[in-house]
Amino acid sequence: MRAFGKWASAIMAVCVGVLLATTVARAGDIGPKIPIDKSKGSCVLPGDQMRREHMKILKHRRDKTMYQGIRGGKRSLSACLSCHMVKDEKTGKPLTVASPKHFCRVCHDYAAVKVDCWECHKSVPEEAGGQALLKDGAGLKDSKFAQLMKYVQGGRK
Amino acid sequence: MSDQGARDRNERARHEEIDAARREFLRNIAAASVVSLGGGMMLYTMGGEAFAKKPGDPLDPRKRWGMLIDTSKCTSGCEKCVEACKKENGWEAEPGSQTDVQWIRKVDVKDPKTGFMASLPVMCQHCANPPCVDVCPTGASMQRADGIVKVNMHICIGCRYCMMACPYKARSFVHEEIPEENKRFHAPMGKGCVTSCDLCAHRVDAGQIPACAEACPEGAMLFGDLNDPGSELRKRLKEIRSYQIRADLGTDTGIRYTRLP
Amino acid sequence: MKKHFHYEYLQSRVGYYTALLSMGALMLIGLAAAIYMETHGHVVTGMTNQIVWGMPHVFAVFLIIAASGILNVASIGTVFNRAPYKPLGRLSAVMAAAALAGGLIVLVLDLGRPDRLIVAMTKYNFKSIFAWNIYLYNGFFAVVLLYLYTQMSQDFRVRRYYKPAGTLAFVWRLILTTGTGSIFGWLVARQAYDLAIFAPMFIALSFSFGLAIFILLMTALMRGDERPLGHGLVNRMGRLLGVFLAAAAYFTVVWWLTDLYAAEHRPVVKFLFFSGNVYSWLYWLGFIGLGTILPMLMVFSNAARTSFKPVIFASILTVLGGISLVYFVIIGGQAYPLVLFPGKEVKSSFFEGVINPYAPSMPEILLGIGGMALGVAIVLLAAKTLRILPVTLADADVDPHLVSGEVREMKKAA
Repeated sequence: MRAFGKWASAIMAVCVGVLLATTVARAGDIGPKIPIDKSKGSCVLPGDQMRREHMKILKHRRDKTMYQGIRGGKRSLSACLSCHMVKDEKTGKPLTVASPKHFCRVCHDYAAVKVDCWECHKSVPEEAGGQALLKDGAGLKDSKFAQLMKYVQGGRK
Repeated sequence: MSDQGARDRNERARHEEIDAARREFLRNIAAASVVSLGGGMMLYTMGGEAFAKKPGDPLDPRKRWGMLIDTSKCTSGCEKCVEACKKENGWEAEPGSQTDVQWIRKVDVKDPKTGFMASLPVMCQHCANPPCVDVCPTGASMQRADGIVKVNMHICIGCRYCMMACPYKARSFVHEEIPEENKRFHAPMGKGCVTSCDLCAHRVDAGQIPACAEACPEGAMLFGDLNDPGSELRKRLKEIRSYQIRADLGTDTGIRYTRLP
Repeated sequence: MKKHFHYEYLQSRVGYYTALLSMGALMLIGLAAAIYMETHGHVVTGMTNQIVWGMPHVFAVFLIIAASGILNVASIGTVFNRAPYKPLGRLSAVMAAAALAGGLIVLVLDLGRPDRLIVAMTKYNFKSIFAWNIYLYNGFFAVVLLYLYTQMSQDFRVRRYYKPAGTLAFVWRLILTTGTGSIFGWLVARQAYDLAIFAPMFIALSFSFGLAIFILLMTALMRGDERPLGHGLVNRMGRLLGVFLAAAAYFTVVWWLTDLYAAEHRPVVKFLFFSGNVYSWLYWLGFIGLGTILPMLMVFSNAARTSFKPVIFASILTVLGGISLVYFVIIGGQAYPLVLFPGKEVKSSFFEGVINPYAPSMPEILLGIGGMALGVAIVLLAAKTLRILPVTLADADVDPHLVSGEVREMKKAA
C-alpha cells in the first residue's frame, strides 16, 4: 500500500510538471504550423482564432452557398484551398488530401480529428474555374446591402 | 400670481422642448423607414435579365430557372449534352453499370402505334412541386428559391427515399468512393449520398448557362427564367406548344419539351 | 373477480445461454456485414440505382410491421378485455419494442451515411412521412415502456393507469403502421405503389406477422423454461391467427383488383401478379399458398386442438409467407420500371423501360438476420432480468373456459 502511495505521488508530480510546462508555453507555439501563401493577403481571421472557428465559418458559408447561391470571395472553400495549397516539391502540382502535407491534414493528423469534407469535395483548387470565381466574387461579400447603401447615399446628394 | 405665470410659461417651454425632440425623433424614424423600405423596393423592382447574378450575390427568389428542349432539333445518338455534363460535373457512367452515377441521359421514345419518334435528354426536371423534396426526412433534398432542385449533401443521410419518390429517375446514389482525380470542385459528390443534376447551379450563380445547354450543337436547349415574361424562354413558350414529362402528376416541371410523343 | 398472475425470471439453463450466445454471434456477423457495406460502399450489395431499397429494407419493414402487431396481443387483453391474453401483456410489450429495435437497427445500418444518424435526429422536414415515422418509432418506445411500467409497477396508483396506457399504445401502434404503409402508399411516382390501401393492408399484415412471431417466441420460452402451456390457449391464438391471415390476404386481393380495373395500372399488375416471374411466384405460392391458405388449414384443423404442432408450423409459415410478401412489395415494386412516357416504347443508356434485375447479396441478408437476432436477444435478456413471463400458462390457470373446451375435445377424441 505504502509503495503504491509513493508511486502515485510520483506520477502526480510528473503530471503537474507537464501541465505547468504546457501552460507556461504560449498556446500558439504548440501544434503544427499551417502552410499559407501570404502573398495573396492575410487569412479571414488571425491564426489562433481560425484554429478554433474555421468550421463555424465554413458551415456558415456552406449554407449560404447551398440556399442563396453565394459563391467565391475570401470565405469560400476555393479561397482556402488556393492560399493554403501545398505544392509537390518534385512535380510542382498541388498535393491532395492523400498527402500528410495537405494543410488540413497537418493539423488534423496532429489532433487526431477525422475530416469528412474530402469524401465529396475536391481537396485541391480547380485549375481554371475556381480562380475566375475568386476574382469575380472578391469584395462582393454582401452586395445587396452595398447597393442599398449606394442608393441611400445617392439619395442624399 | 405673476410667479405662478412665470412657472406656467417655464413649464410650457419645457413641454415644447420635449415635443420638438419627440417630433425630431419620429421624423428621423420615418425618414429611416422610408429610406430602407424605398431601398428594398428599389432593389425589388430592378432586376430582369440585365441584372445578371454575380457569384457573390444572393440568388434572386423571383426567378425560376427552366429550360425548353426542342426535340425536333435533337437527334438520336447525339450525346453532346451528356458528355458536357460528365465533363463539367465529374461523373462517369460505364455502359451497362447499374450502380454508376447518372445526371442526364438521352432517351429515345417511340409511339408503337404511329411510329412517331423523338430523342430527348432527360435530367432532373426541377419541379415546382418536387416529390423528392417532400419525402426527404432531413431536408437535404431541397429546392432553391430560384427553382433549382438539388441535394444538400452535407445533411444527406443516404436513405434513398428521394430516389423512390422521383418520377423521372433523375437521382443516383453514389455506390462507391469517387477518386480525387474524377472530382470536380463545383460538383462535390461522395460515397453514401444521393446526387443529381442541379442545373449547373455553380454556373447559373456566376451568370452562365448550364453546360448541357451550352454544349448542344443545334442550340436545342434554351435556358432561361420561367417567371420573366420578357425572357427569351418565355417568348418561345408563348409561341409553341410545350410539354412536361408526366404532367399528370402535377409536379409542374421546369424542363419543358416540344414535340413530345 | 380479478385474477392475479405470477411472473418469474427465466432460469439459468444451458439452453438459455446457448440461445443467447447464438443470437450474439448472429448480431456480430450482421454488424460485420454492415461495416463491410459501409467501407466499400453499396457497390458490394445487390442494390443499384434502380433497386434502391433491397434486402435490408425487406427485413426492416417486416420487423417494423411485426413490432406493432406483436403489441396487439397485449391490446387484446387490455383494450378488448379478453381474459386469456391478460397474462401475456408484459411479454407482448417487451417483444414489440425489441422487434422495432431490431428493424430500426437494420434500417439505420443500411443508410449511406449511418455516421450522420444525428442529422436525422436534429434536422426534420415535417412534410416527410419518413420524418413523421421517426417520431412515431421513438414515441412507440416511450408509449410501450409506459404501458409496461403500468403493468409491472408495485404501486397500485400506477397500475390504475394500466388501461389508459394500453389504449394509448393500441392507438399509437395503429398510427405507426399507417405511417409505415404510407411510406409506400404515398409514392405517387411508382406504378406499383401510390394506393391508400397500403396503410390498412400493412395494419392487417401486422396482425398476422405479429401474432405468429409472438406464438413462436412464447412457446419457445415457455417450453424452454419447462413452464406449463395450455393447448386451449395456443389453439385459441392459432384460430385468431387464421382470421388475421384471411384479413391480410383480403387487402392484397383488393390491391390487385383495383389496379387491374384501371387500364393505366394493368401492365404493372400483370407484371407483378400474373406473369410467372419470381414476384408472381412469391405472391401466389409464397404468400397466398404457403403463407395464408396452408396455415389457415392448419390452425382450424382438429389436430390443432390437442397438439401445438399445427399452430407452430402455421406460425412459421406465416413468417415465411410474410417475408415473401414484403419482398414482393419492396423489390417487385421497384423492379417494374418507372413510366415516363405512358404507352410508348423507350430506350436509353440508363435502363429505361426495362425490368430491373436484383440479386440479394450475402451481406444484406446477414445484416437483416442480425437485426432479427437483436430482437430475440433483447427478449431473452428481458425475460431473464424482468418478471415478464408468467409462471404458468396452463389453461386452468389462464381461463377456465379454455379447459372445458379442451376436455370436451379429448373426450370426443376418446
